[in-house]
Amino acid sequence: MTAPFFKFGYFNDEVSLIIAFIIGIGFGFFLERGGFGSGRLLAAQFYFTDMRVFKVMFTAIVTAMIGMFYFSWIGFVDLSLVYYGTTYLAADILGGLILGIGFVIGGYCPGTSAVSISTGRIDGIFYALGGFFGIFVFGEAYPMLENFVNSYSMGMINIPQLLDINYGFVLFIVILLAIAGFTAAEWGERFMAKKKASEG
Amino acid sequence: MTNIKKWFSHHLEDNAREGELFPKYYWNPYLVGIGLGIVLLSSFVIMGRGLGASGALSSMVAVVVNAFAPDHAAHNNFYQGYLGDGTVSPFKDWLVFLVIGVFIGGFISGAIAGRNKMMIEKGPRISNKKRLLFAFIGGSLMGFGAKMARGCTSGQGLTGGSMLSVGGWAFMLMVFAGAYATAYFVRRQWT
Repeated sequence: MTAPFFKFGYFNDEVSLIIAFIIGIGFGFFLERGGFGSGRLLAAQFYFTDMRVFKVMFTAIVTAMIGMFYFSWIGFVDLSLVYYGTTYLAADILGGLILGIGFVIGGYCPGTSAVSISTGRIDGIFYALGGFFGIFVFGEAYPMLENFVNSYSMGMINIPQLLDINYGFVLFIVILLAIAGFTAAEWGERFMAKKKASEG
Repeated sequence: MTNIKKWFSHHLEDNAREGELFPKYYWNPYLVGIGLGIVLLSSFVIMGRGLGASGALSSMVAVVVNAFAPDHAAHNNFYQGYLGDGTVSPFKDWLVFLVIGVFIGGFISGAIAGRNKMMIEKGPRISNKKRLLFAFIGGSLMGFGAKMARGCTSGQGLTGGSMLSVGGWAFMLMVFAGAYATAYFVRRQWT
């Protein structure tokens, strides 16, 4: 095992910040390439007219998921050293719901709002200002919310561990679901385009 | 101000116009997805962690609260989590540097395509003022929700999703559920 490089001490914290910056550039570049600097294009996902949010997200998830599985399989990456969010089921569910509502009202999510601002979208600036305000409200309410937010704590847990099934099997199911989802998305877009053409 | 506006409006082709969608000018979404996936994979392999965005906003909020009311911030576990023990600046943070990169990467891509333009993204049936108000409200909900879930579409969705995290998948399903359930009520804004 030689990766994750940082966890094996190949470089220090200062270097890690430079790496964060470079990875951020790649992240922002592809978000903009995909049209995610445009709130209208992002929102189109939820009216079935352009499903690129779903397509991009799940292609990215499947790509990284297969890559990590392969790297772990050939003994290159130690999966147990890779950090991802710990599960607090109640807070994840309610937080996700609130964020989803905010997504379609505001038109962005945090990462895409950064891209919208850097490409000149004024609504993106207002969205980010709202973001500051929302975090401030959460911070102020935190003493009251602390119990709820920390409830149903399950630690850093993945689906194979939860269901006690093979990692590769879950991976296979996710790939199948993604392919089914992509097919449905392509069909849905064509259907909406036809509907619009017949109405227009 | 006019200079900034001019700078943003250098167009190669007019593919950023108010009230119109130009999906055909963007890259194929599957290709973009593979690109994003490789960025995420690099982050896992090099750093042992994924992407995130909302954490950088929280650091800024914590710093502002701490500047105005240090006692208040000291008694709040949420702010303390971002402020740390005071020996290192809260801005010397992985996510802060990542988000600075996101700004620059987005700008580069937009500049290449001629999409950098001062404008408001909205449908034809809503006024600018209302759209900006909605953007603020949506952003507030996002900020609150992302902090509750300890992550946003990047941290919980992409990162958690690709690591098959239980919380990440629960979060992602709820984001889509919340957005689809609300879409009808804000349709005048977008369509």
